[in-house]
Amino acid sequence: MNRRAFVTKLAASLSLPIGLSWLGGLGGLVASLLVTPAAGARSEAKSGRPDKQKWASANLPEGYDPSAHLYSMAVQVDKCIGCGRCADACKKENGVPLEPFFFRTWVERYTTDEHGEVAVDSPNGGIDGFPPLEGAGRMRSFFVPKLCNQCENPPCVQVCPVGATFKTPDGVVLVDESYCIGCRYCIQACPYGARYLHPEKRVADKCTFCYHRITRGLQPACVEACPVEARVFGDLKQKASPLQRILRIGRLQVLKGYLNTRPKVVYTGLDMEVR
Amino acid sequence: MRIPGQVLRLSVPVVVVIGGFLFARSRLVPPTFGDIGHYRAAALGEIAALPIHYAGADSCAVADCHEDVMETKMAGYHRGVSCEVCHGPAADHVKDPENVKVKKPKSRTLCPVCHTYLLARPTGFPQIILESHNMPKSCIKCHDPHDPVPSEAPSECSGCHRTIVSLKMVSKHSDLKCTTCHQTPTAHFLEPRKNRPSKPADRDFCGKCHAEGTKPPDALEDAPKLNMATHYPKSNCWQCHFPHQPEAR
Amino acid sequence: MEPLFQSLAEAQKHVDGFIYPNEIELHWGLLICLYPYLTGLVAGAFILASLNKLFNVAELKPTYRLSMLTSLAFLLCATLPLVAHLGHHERFYEILMTPNPTSAMAMFGFVYAWYLMAVLLLEIWFDYRKDLILWARRERFPMKLIHRALALFSSDLSEKALRFDDKAVKRITMIGVPSAFLLHGYVGFIFGSVKANPWWSSVIMPVVFLFSAIVSGIALVFLLYMITCLLRHQSIDMKCADKLADLLLYAMLVDFALEILDFVHRVYEAEESIDILAQLLMQKLFVSLIVVQLLLGMMLPLALLGITRIKRRTTPEEMRRLVYVASTVLVQVGIFSMRWNVVVGGQLFSKSLRGLMTYKTDLLGLEGLLTAMAILILPLVILYVLAKILPPWPESRADAVPPAPPAPVPATAS
Repeated sequence: MNRRAFVTKLAASLSLPIGLSWLGGLGGLVASLLVTPAAGARSEAKSGRPDKQKWASANLPEGYDPSAHLYSMAVQVDKCIGCGRCADACKKENGVPLEPFFFRTWVERYTTDEHGEVAVDSPNGGIDGFPPLEGAGRMRSFFVPKLCNQCENPPCVQVCPVGATFKTPDGVVLVDESYCIGCRYCIQACPYGARYLHPEKRVADKCTFCYHRITRGLQPACVEACPVEARVFGDLKQKASPLQRILRIGRLQVLKGYLNTRPKVVYTGLDMEVR
Repeated sequence: MRIPGQVLRLSVPVVVVIGGFLFARSRLVPPTFGDIGHYRAAALGEIAALPIHYAGADSCAVADCHEDVMETKMAGYHRGVSCEVCHGPAADHVKDPENVKVKKPKSRTLCPVCHTYLLARPTGFPQIILESHNMPKSCIKCHDPHDPVPSEAPSECSGCHRTIVSLKMVSKHSDLKCTTCHQTPTAHFLEPRKNRPSKPADRDFCGKCHAEGTKPPDALEDAPKLNMATHYPKSNCWQCHFPHQPEAR
Repeated sequence: MEPLFQSLAEAQKHVDGFIYPNEIELHWGLLICLYPYLTGLVAGAFILASLNKLFNVAELKPTYRLSMLTSLAFLLCATLPLVAHLGHHERFYEILMTPNPTSAMAMFGFVYAWYLMAVLLLEIWFDYRKDLILWARRERFPMKLIHRALALFSSDLSEKALRFDDKAVKRITMIGVPSAFLLHGYVGFIFGSVKANPWWSSVIMPVVFLFSAIVSGIALVFLLYMITCLLRHQSIDMKCADKLADLLLYAMLVDFALEILDFVHRVYEAEESIDILAQLLMQKLFVSLIVVQLLLGMMLPLALLGITRIKRRTTPEEMRRLVYVASTVLVQVGIFSMRWNVVVGGQLFSKSLRGLMTYKTDLLGLEGLLTAMAILILPLVILYVLAKILPPWPESRADAVPPAPPAPVPATAS
């Protein structure tokens, strides 16, 4: 709904019960006088416009058309060696606070013993590696990298009261740090624990798929850093890529699929114990 | 219908409040809000303009820079390890190579992050037990980080298959050498994925030691014997028994 | 930031099991527990008032105006914990300027504004208008000016105008009841709609919140009525008090039934989260939920009120008053702890369903105990001021008959 319609509707709804339906008309008139001029121009010019103009106010890098991309990532659990270079590179690339309480991505280790008991740990997100686990009788043990799943149906975007977090046309969920009010509803709504409150900026923060890199044709820092290609980043709108190969031949899983968040980070080799 | 006096009086504060709200809205909603969706469109550009710290794997092999190192690296085991994994973010170095240098890790602290033995690491990945591996020498004394072939080929399988070895060590098969069941070409130590060891083909292999009436090689007389013809004749042994820890009960 | 890191490092030592690394910081603390408590009182007090105005429960007349002023006093303070809690307090207006239509929290600004202006202030205005005019006639500056200004300088006391006032109050109460339901129901929806959190995600959450709001609102007005009667040396109208006790009892029974239903439903379905939630209940929430909310805040007042109800005719007035005071205080404690158990309880376990965490409130600071107590006391201060400007007492009414002097006490009474 554009600004003018919203304001007129609101003015009408406030005025009716007081028995002043004529105020609705006045409200509409007032609204049209007080809304910014750009609103009118925008609403008229929306259809049939060349794409360049639609993204003009976004100020993206030269020549970058967001609607031509849809980013996704595949994580191959069987390949992960738990070195934590991804989590380390992410913090360095994105200026994430170094304290062990804030992570845009992290690595978890799962160890199952022959009785079916599962132990999960993630010391400092895996950045310093993992200590050996005591005890014997291990059955299955593996590492699982985690990050924001850049959902297609993101519950965090749904609950943001002000529109500070949003899904871009190229499928990345971002946070506008100059608009976020720090209410933390998005952090509560994320089922994957991917969000945190930045201790200095006091706004919500999370993995951005290194938006500043991918819009310039680079890979996200975690993908750059992974020595065993456990993380495979790609563009779903590109017909041939390593990601497409995995999507074609892999047996894929997502985390918490029953919540219907439609994550765009898919996993191969995911174990039943992973939450 | 005559409008009651109270209603007329009330309309004054109502108009003030609504008018104030509309005026505030015209002033306070940010300029690009709503252009693409329910958010500030300018935020896209702001986030896309954030500084880059990692230059990317392709930035080092530029002519007159580190082409030679890259050539060495691309032929060795670390071909998949991007330069910045060990040397740290290098975007600033790429912009100003003379004045901004990257770090060169020389101590024993970085390599073990990937290579110290952890059960959870996939089998086939080279791992060491740090405390017993040539303490306190720095790793790069024996291993060129850009072509990390060890000074001598590993004599045992535990270098890359420690988990299997550690299971086998406490099992009933502890006296068996790995090569008893797996014929391993020497080239496997140099190019493991290209020259794979063999795996036993069928039941008869296990029957060499375990079939009733056979005399196993190497005097392994206490190997449990069973009637191979009646013991699940249609299956392969390893469909039930884990060969590296074959305890049946 | 250093104190934050220290408290997080301390919290990490008390993690039991596995939590996602980011979950170590508990985001919605004491202040966010206060907010549903305050809006619950607002909605509950209004519902009580509407029982008198709309459903013609005549015995409640002495508390009608008190309920309305209580509702207003608490509503004026309701936004404080929210704005105080924001990471950027100065950006609070964004919720009104660009509300996200899919967010329940965004509704807050408009529901609040609507309820405050179109329901509460309007109804109070129409109800008090006649008295404001009559009081102004008898007073001097400054009260004269204040009352005339509050009446928007109207002076029409004709039959027609007064009838319009009455009609307006009834009409506004009619939209006011669903508005009050919305004001507090949406808070329950804010929690109930979070599918990521199995402790919160529930269809029944808005309903439970609403009924516990009604319970706390009735109990609060009841308590305030008794206290203010004491302070004004007026006798408590026992018909009113007994009626309030009945309504409180019925509301509590419904609230209790709903909470038991939620519990039984969870245990019966035994979804994946049941293990960690059972641990949560028995380890972290044992005192606050089982002891405080359930036993002290629900079962004990139910027993007291129930027994007093059954044995009303044989229970002396003084005894009944004592039971009523005790019950209403216990109810307040119980309902607040219910908010605590929902808000904080839902954050004490990991979404990985594998671990539990801790939460320690600070004493000082914006999210501290002292701030919370100040926010709890402030509405009472505001109520005091409102009661001075717009006295809600039956004897303050402009057309009230002065009360007869109390009958002489017989000499043998002791």
